[in-house]
Amino acid sequence: MTRRAAIAASLALALLAATAVHAAAATPRTSLGEISSEVMCPVCGTLLELAESPQAQREKAFVERQVRAGRSKAEIKDALVAEYGQEVLALPKDSGFELSAYVVPIVAFAIAAIALAFGVAKWRRAGRRSGADGSGRPSPRGPSAAEEERLDADLARYDL
Amino acid sequence: MSVRSSIAVLAVLAVVGLLVFGLVSKGSSGISVGEAAPTAPLPRLEGGGEESLAAYRGRWVLVNFWASWCVPCKDEAPALEAFQRRHGGGRFTVLGIDSRDLSGDGRDFADRYGLSYPQLRDGNGDAAHDYGTTGVPENFLIDPRGRVRLLVRGPVDEEYLRDSVAPLLPGSPS
Repeated sequence: MTRRAAIAASLALALLAATAVHAAAATPRTSLGEISSEVMCPVCGTLLELAESPQAQREKAFVERQVRAGRSKAEIKDALVAEYGQEVLALPKDSGFELSAYVVPIVAFAIAAIALAFGVAKWRRAGRRSGADGSGRPSPRGPSAAEEERLDADLARYDL
Repeated sequence: MSVRSSIAVLAVLAVVGLLVFGLVSKGSSGISVGEAAPTAPLPRLEGGGEESLAAYRGRWVLVNFWASWCVPCKDEAPALEAFQRRHGGGRFTVLGIDSRDLSGDGRDFADRYGLSYPQLRDGNGDAAHDYGTTGVPENFLIDPRGRVRLLVRGPVDEEYLRDSVAPLLPGSPS
């Protein structure tokens, strides 16, 4: 490659990079649809995406202005909280006390799984004690004296 | 009673307790005529800082809950402003509370209608809940002792202000 060709290639790459950076800056970081499915219309008590009240229209216009200004989803949510309070968030925050909304179901599921495992183990032990090993196969124990006696009586009755 | 039964009863009681708590905490508190008006501080719509109804103790105050997106609020705003210009002063004021509204929209509304009386902000609707409002606009006339004297669940107009509010104010012929 000649020196001239190398310079031209470098310039082309630089131009490409600049275009990409510009495009990234112009592309919104989030959208009204994304935000409105995660925040509430405080007056309607429903998700913003489902609300059509005058207050909801104002809230959507506010979100659209923020999106056009290039704000991130978190920044827009913070702005909404500053306007309407925490109640505007449809999902609890992942910090502080509200973290319990996510942690409690996981802990409850773990406790239920452990309880189920203990229950199954106990059931299997009880099955072994009563003569079954839990596999569905018959017990290796032979017939008792009473069972032998009854079997002989039945065989004799049917003359087998 | 066995340990298992006790645990089951406790679990049922806990669930019932949570349901009752949920119902009670979601319910509207509300106030009625003769009761003390809530005095929780609220941020000012303009100028920063907070203010409470308690700061107006000794004066008659017409608390007006409104929002910029509310059509009847636009209809009553000129009547409230005219009443404030006529009666406002050391013994009476209208006190606007912009509820569940965007602060920028609220300020634009106050500018557009030339509202000169003090304005507070109730973005999350807590004050509206404390007053038991069911929407906007709603109006509460508070006497100098901080008790509700009149309550209008809807817009007021010039006629109502002249016939029902003005006669209660000091200096008015009764």
